[in-house]
Order: sequence, then structure tokens, then C-alpha cells
Amino acid sequence: MTRSLKFALPVLFTLCAALASAHADRIGDLGEVTIREQALRFVSLQDPTVRYAVLGSVLLGITCGLLGSFIVVRKMALVGDALSHAVLPGVALGFLWHTSKDPLAIFIGATVAGLLGTVVVGLVQQTTRLKEDTALGMVLATFFAVGVCLMTMIQRLPTGNKSGLEKFLFGQAAAIGPDDLQLMAVVTGLTLLAVFVLYKEFLVTSFDEGFARASGFPARVIHYTLMLLLAGAVVIALQAVGVVLVSAMLITPAAAAYLLTDRMNRMLWLSAGFGMLAGVAGAFFSFLGPSLPTGPFMVLGATAVFGGAFFFGPRHGLVTRWWRQRSRAQRVQRENTLKSVYHVLEGRQFQGEGVSLRELAERRRETVEEARQQAAELCRHALATLHEEGNLIFLTPAGWQLACAIVRNHRLWELYLTNAAQIAADHVHEDAERIEHVLGEEVVRELERRLDYATQDPHGRPIPSWADLRQGAAPNVRPDDTVGYGSSI
Amino acid sequence: MNLPSPESASLPATPHINCGSPGEVSSLEVHDLTVAYQKKPVLWGIDLAVPPGRLVGIVGPNGAGKSTLIKAAMGMLPLSSGWVKVFGQPVRKSLRRIGYVPQRESVDWDFPVSVMDVVLMGRYGQLGLLRRPRKRDREIARECLDKVKMLPYANRQISNLSGGQQQRVFLARALAQESDLYFMDEPFAGVDAATETAIITLLHELRDRGKTLLVVHHDLPTARDYFDTLLLLNMRVVAFGDTDKVFTHDLLQKTYGGRLTILSEVAHVVGQRGGSAKVP
Repeated sequence: MTRSLKFALPVLFTLCAALASAHADRIGDLGEVTIREQALRFVSLQDPTVRYAVLGSVLLGITCGLLGSFIVVRKMALVGDALSHAVLPGVALGFLWHTSKDPLAIFIGATVAGLLGTVVVGLVQQTTRLKEDTALGMVLATFFAVGVCLMTMIQRLPTGNKSGLEKFLFGQAAAIGPDDLQLMAVVTGLTLLAVFVLYKEFLVTSFDEGFARASGFPARVIHYTLMLLLAGAVVIALQAVGVVLVSAMLITPAAAAYLLTDRMNRMLWLSAGFGMLAGVAGAFFSFLGPSLPTGPFMVLGATAVFGGAFFFGPRHGLVTRWWRQRSRAQRVQRENTLKSVYHVLEGRQFQGEGVSLRELAERRRETVEEARQQAAELCRHALATLHEEGNLIFLTPAGWQLACAIVRNHRLWELYLTNAAQIAADHVHEDAERIEHVLGEEVVRELERRLDYATQDPHGRPIPSWADLRQGAAPNVRPDDTVGYGSSI
Repeated sequence: MNLPSPESASLPATPHINCGSPGEVSSLEVHDLTVAYQKKPVLWGIDLAVPPGRLVGIVGPNGAGKSTLIKAAMGMLPLSSGWVKVFGQPVRKSLRRIGYVPQRESVDWDFPVSVMDVVLMGRYGQLGLLRRPRKRDREIARECLDKVKMLPYANRQISNLSGGQQQRVFLARALAQESDLYFMDEPFAGVDAATETAIITLLHELRDRGKTLLVVHHDLPTARDYFDTLLLLNMRVVAFGDTDKVFTHDLLQKTYGGRLTILSEVAHVVGQRGGSAKVP
């Protein structure tokens, strides 16, 4: 793992430890306030409620992001979903046991229920012919149904402080108290510790379980360690995100990170960062109105991050790819225009002044207006200048060089195909049209060497040489500093 | 040759290797090994003693239990009966002396790791739990990558590799394990000719350095050229011994049963090269 990890980890760990022992005041009340006031209140972080919510979301984001990365690469996304639904009866029973919202009782209940769920899935899988996805789907729904029944029962109970229990369905970050925060800090600390200490073990068992076992790693123990941490993550996420949407907080930030990098350690950090971002964003938006659920906002925040990676990721992003293709197409278009200018000049033995738009249009079999647009495009890239009321095109040194290079590439390739590949001379043009834009300098030099530095293409036209290219600034430079095409070339 | 019926538990007439000098410890010793998947036996009463410095090809039809045998030998499957010893020790205690090349399809090649990361995993077993790879481990990994001519690809993500390159990476990882006994599951499956030659050269080199290799192989015609020792397997050990003694029409027919297409192919190969041709 990276060196930054070695420095960042102790800091984070100390932070968690400090939080675990922190005690603070009662949760502040949400009164009748405007959105703007609420936003200010959130950003200023003066209200303890806000501080708890933000800290809780940050811890939650880190835990979910780190564990989510392993869930995604192990293809266990559905397991996370099933686990999160399976904890609901445990939450209800934990509440019944203490008849109050005691975080520890709920934590124990939820963890036990979650692990019971995974055991049942394993049992169904091992004893029947059913596959994992079917077992997961069944267990998920059954446990959730039991949980909903129990919750409804509790709501009808005459006794006890049952306020806030329904928040476990969709989450309420504002309801995070100091007790919850301690629990979150402990789970986050354990997760960080496990990922730091067991990184190698998690990595090898995720990538190649058979090899890991043959190397003597207890793959099953490592798997259950991960499941235990996952159960912990789900339980601390309950308060803020709610049972229904927890799995999205596990999967979505990790999925976004997966799109952006192809190294596991970077994926872990990115994913933790995205989780934090989504968590705080969710807490913020749910804070703007009275009793808005936090979970959906957090999940939408994570989805927004994923959308960003999906559309704008530097390597695989949809928009990035489209943009890259577009700019490539434009470059090819420019180079074709330059080639046409060169052909016009060649047609009159490089005599006379600049190339008129009409000449270019005729050469390209286009309208003068289209030729004007292409000329303007060349001007924008400093490959040419327009003169005489914008009707004459003069190539700049760069434009001249590029034009020569493209024509040379085209003709060299045609020659190569006819000479080396024995293809008829009238069949090679189409292929050369495409490859002229992508030949690199090394390939061109090699081509020249193999073709014995030939000077004529298969159709008998001269191939521009390196000397022509370097000449660039042609002899008949116009007085106003515009470079011509070089009548003597 | 008078072969025993498949039902008999022991196969007295099958050629077996003399286990070297009497005091020599076998690299791999398997006794009465039976493995069953859901009560259906896949391997039945396997007895085997592989002396050190052998390059063994495991050959047999589909479903003969070739992969199961090497997995069971590494202690990755529950055994219905029998035991396995590696260098005279129970297999659990000798895992560090075992190298493994799983089937290429067994992993997800889109996994976010570099070629170097994968080869470093070969060092993990020597490191044991909790310890991290050090500079020395990286050096070893680089050397192993160099041996399979994949060093220029060290920092590539593994999804950009061809089938042959993937197999070379797996081999480099096994080399990085610095083991004495290697199990390889179809290392020649789906690789290009150049890689195939590179792999077999490497295997011969390892054997000449005294390592023992057990290689699952499903291409009969090349099996004869590649391996000095063959294990013909079809739920039971049909034959185990020097290639030129074991690669006979009768024994292969017994291994492959009624699969005529393979048999005629083999008959062709046997007829072509004679019974005693052996690869140096």
C-alpha cells in the first residue's frame, strides 16, 4: 500500500479513539426555521446536532467505502443487500429487550440477526441445489418481513419510548447521538485497523481464493472477518441511512472508485472519500427541511458521484470518450483540409499566391461556405491565415509542415502497400486515407528505409521529403509576416 | 497385458515407479485417497508416491478428477478417506514448500491489480499472516517476471493481457513462491505457441533443479513429449510411471474407455513415433 496510508491511518485511528470517548450535550431541537438558516447552521457546525450528524456521516462514509470496495471486487454486492435487510428483526428485538433506543442492545441484536441471515443463506446453498442469488433473495425478503412485523408490533405497544424507531427504515442523521457516535467510531476504527493489517490477506483471498488457500491463508476465517465487519458497518449505517438503502452506501461509492482506478489501494481511498462526500451531502440536504429522511439523500449523493465517474472519468467516462472521439474527428478533418490545400498548390507546381476558397471548395467538392468554415478552423489552430477579404488561404509554417507530413504519410503508405503487400495501385488509396492520420514518426522513418527512400508514389507523384518538412517557412514570405507555401519547393 | 478390472481396489499389474533409493522421502505421497462431491466419489483409492525431481503429467478424460486430485493433495478439499504427505510431513505443515498455478479462468482478470501485484502474491505464503512484502520480495517478484519475459508489463493492469501473458503471470507468481513441489492446473490451456514453448522450457528447467512438478494436461499427443512421467487417471490411478512405459495403447484405452476419437488420435501418435521414443 502507499506510504500515505502509513501516516494517514494513525491519525484517523486516533480521531476515532478520541470520538469514542467523547461525551456531549443533548441533541438540539429543530424548530421552525428557513432553509437558508438551516444551511447556515449546518455549515457553521456550531450546533452539536449538526456536529454529530456530520461526524457520523464521515465515519459511516469511510467504513462503507472501505468495506464496499472489497464487497464489489468479491462480487458480493447482493450479500451486502441481504445482510442489511436481515438486520431489521434484530433491531426490533434489540429494542424490545431494552424497550428503549439503546444503541448497544440494537447493535447486538442487529449483528446477531445479520450473521444469522448469512448462515441461513449458506445452509440453503449447501443443502439444496439452489444457487446463492436465490438463497439471498429469499432470506432478504423473509428477514425483512419479520422485521416489519416486529416493528409494527412495537409501534402498538403501550409502553416505552419508541420514538425514532421508524427512522431505522430510511435513516435520520439528525438523530445521531453521542452514544451512536461512539459505536460508529469503534466500528470505523476496527474497519480501518482490519483493512490496514489484513490488506494483503483481503487482497489475495478476493483475487484468487484457491491460490490463497494453497498458500496457507485461512480463506474462510478471512471471509467471515469481512462479513462481521460488514455487519458492523450495516448496523452503524442504520441510524443515518436506514435499513432499506444501506447497501447502496456500500456499493455505489466503491463502484464509482472502481471506474476511476485499476489499483486496489487507490480504489480503497477513493471509495472512502466518495463515501464521506456522499454521507455529508446527504446529512446536509436532509437537514434543510424538517424531518427529511437522510438515507435517500446520501444514496443520491453517492449516485451523483458515480454519475460523475461514469460520464467524466478520465479513462472510461462516457463524455470523456465522446469528447476524445470528437477531437480526433476534428483533427482528421483539419488534416484533410490541409492536404487539399497542398494538392491545389501541387496542381499549379507551387506557383502563384495563396489558395482561394473557391479552389479549395472545388478540390474538396464542397460549397465555398463549407470551405470557409474549414479555413476558419485552420486559422483557429494557427495552421493558416486568411487574406484578401478572407478569400485567400496562406499556410503558416506549422500548417505547411503538417500538410507535407500528411501527404507524405499517404503516399509512403500507398507505395508500401503496392511494393511490399503487392496490392494493386488503384486499391491502396482508401487504406492510406485512414492511416495517414495515425502514422508515428518512427514508423514513417522505418517505412522510408524499407522503401529505399523512394521519391515517387505509385501514381508517379513526388513524396514530400523531410527536407520539405523542415523548410517550413517557404522562400516567398509575404511582407506582412505571413508565410507562403513556397513556390520554389 | 493382463489388466485388472476397474472394480478391484489395487492395481498390481500397473507399472509403478520404484521410489528411488529406499531412504529417499517422496515429494508427494498419497495413500488410499478418496474424494466425493455430494456422496458421489470423484477419486477412489488413490495411491501415489512421487519421487523428487520428476515432471509428472496428469492425463485423463474430462471428469477424471485431475483438478480434484491436485486440490485434494493441497488439502483444499475434505477427504472421505486416506492421507497426503508432502516431503514426509502432513500437507498443512508443508504448504510453504508447495507452489500452485490454478486454472486461468478461476480468477477475474478485471480485478484492480497490476501484474506486479499478482506476482507479489506468490510471496505472501512465505510471509505468512500480517507481514507485508519487503524490498527483497519485490526483487524476487521482478526476477520471476523477467524469467517469463513479462517484466516490461509489471505495472500494467492485468485486464490488458492476452491469454498467454496471463498464464505467464501465473507462472511467475508460482516461481515467486520458491517452492519444491509445484501443482499446475492446465497451464497450456489457451496459450499461444510461443508461450507453450516458454512454459515447457521453464518446467524442464525447474525439474533439472530438483523440483517436483505435477501438471494437469489434457492434450494427449503433446503429453508424451512434455513429461518424463505420466499419471493416467480416471477416478483411479490407471497407471503411473515413466512416459515411455506408460504411454501405451492398452493403458490409454483403459484410461479413456470408449472415447474412440481420442484413441484413434493416440494410436496414430503411437504408431508414428514407436513405443520407446522419449524426449530428452
